[in-house]
Amino acid sequence: MSNRIIHWFKFASPQSFYPLAGKMIPWFWALTAVFGAIGLWISFFVAPTDAVQGEGYRIIFIHVPASWMSMFIYMVMAAWAGLGLALNTRLSGMMAQALAPTGALMAFISLWTGAFWGKPMWGTWWVWDARLTSELILFFLYIGFIALQAAIDDPRRADKAGAILALVGVVNVPIIYFSVKWWNTLHQGASVSMMKSPSMAQTMLWGMLIMALCFWMYSIAVALMRVRAIILERETHTEWVKELPEVKQ
Amino acid sequence: MSAFLAIIRRDLLLAMRRKSEVLTALFFFIIVVSLFPLGIGPEPQLLKKIAPGILWVAALLSTMLSLNRLFATDHADGTLEQLVLSPTPLGLLVAGKIVAHWLTSGLPLVLLAPVLGVQFDLDASALGILVGALLLGTPLLSLIGAIGAALTLGVRGGGVLLSLLVLPLYVPALIFGAGAVEAHISGLGATGHLSLLAALLALAAFFAPWATTAALRVSLE
Repeated sequence: MSNRIIHWFKFASPQSFYPLAGKMIPWFWALTAVFGAIGLWISFFVAPTDAVQGEGYRIIFIHVPASWMSMFIYMVMAAWAGLGLALNTRLSGMMAQALAPTGALMAFISLWTGAFWGKPMWGTWWVWDARLTSELILFFLYIGFIALQAAIDDPRRADKAGAILALVGVVNVPIIYFSVKWWNTLHQGASVSMMKSPSMAQTMLWGMLIMALCFWMYSIAVALMRVRAIILERETHTEWVKELPEVKQ
Repeated sequence: MSAFLAIIRRDLLLAMRRKSEVLTALFFFIIVVSLFPLGIGPEPQLLKKIAPGILWVAALLSTMLSLNRLFATDHADGTLEQLVLSPTPLGLLVAGKIVAHWLTSGLPLVLLAPVLGVQFDLDASALGILVGALLLGTPLLSLIGAIGAALTLGVRGGGVLLSLLVLPLYVPALIFGAGAVEAHISGLGATGHLSLLAALLALAAFFAPWATTAALRVSLE
């Protein structure tokens, strides 16, 4: 047992986090590639053709991980935002800002692939199903967060305003989800449900989980790259940024 | 408490002196509601079915319009900074401003809605439910909207941004508010919807002034 203490708060400063993020990024990209290769191989070649849905069902290997990520990233974003408000750390706001576009992208992919899946399966691009609608509203929440941050010039104010919005949003996400769910069930019996599909084959589940890991690693890698760019942008005036080899040349 | 009442009185007085702002939002509500039959067609059956939704969407949009003036004028003439510096808790003052906003923009909608509902051939009991739902729902709109108004205070393109921030958060109010009337018309009973609306209102009444205060402090830094 080593009694070496790691000072985690050291990495709350952009100056020390910047090189750490730089070291971590290649690893996360490598993991993305590995999981992506395995996941795609399973989803295209190993997973059997679905008896009911044919080959078209394979889009869920992208669709489901993207939906999971879109919801999860919002939670992480709100957690960073709350941390930033509570501890007044600059990096937290930057992390929240870096995560938002990835989250919005995931929500968009989820809606887009959902439409592609819906056309052959349900015969329509879009239904006002509870999941689709709440995913759409989640996408709007992301866009609102990005727009608010973009509209405020002072980065510290943008961080704090965005943090309050993210926290208000995260309280609202479950409320919106359940209200949309009840709205839908009251309007009409659920004509289509993703849960009704016959129980999933084991390989399909594995393919989906590994693809989800791939999306995780991709999101982390991209968020870290983006946070590095944000750090450089906001800290241009500091000495340590001017000393960086990539800035000097 | 006296500060709370004083700020309500002050905001009401200011609204009375500038009647046009309040009236513009009201007429906007009336015009939007009247446009739908023109766009959709005059079939009474269809109009009756979509009336609650139309009235609610129009109420949402009209509230959006009036949200801008909740803090903007006070921010422009420096009153807001005085409020922040005053010894009274800011949350209480903000709550007073929200109440005043509801009295000038929400309550008139509630009172007008039955008149417009008659245009859509809603019967008396459905109108009663509509008024009840709006009575519970419009304060909710003011409360949630205040957070957005405080966040976008003095920001570029604040008005459009405000709608982008606030409208997604209005979805539950819209669903339960319009749903209450529809459930009543279809014979399911509206109590469930109204209870949920009341629950949301209680939740927002507790948290929204607090979040608005935090947002105002960020905006005024």
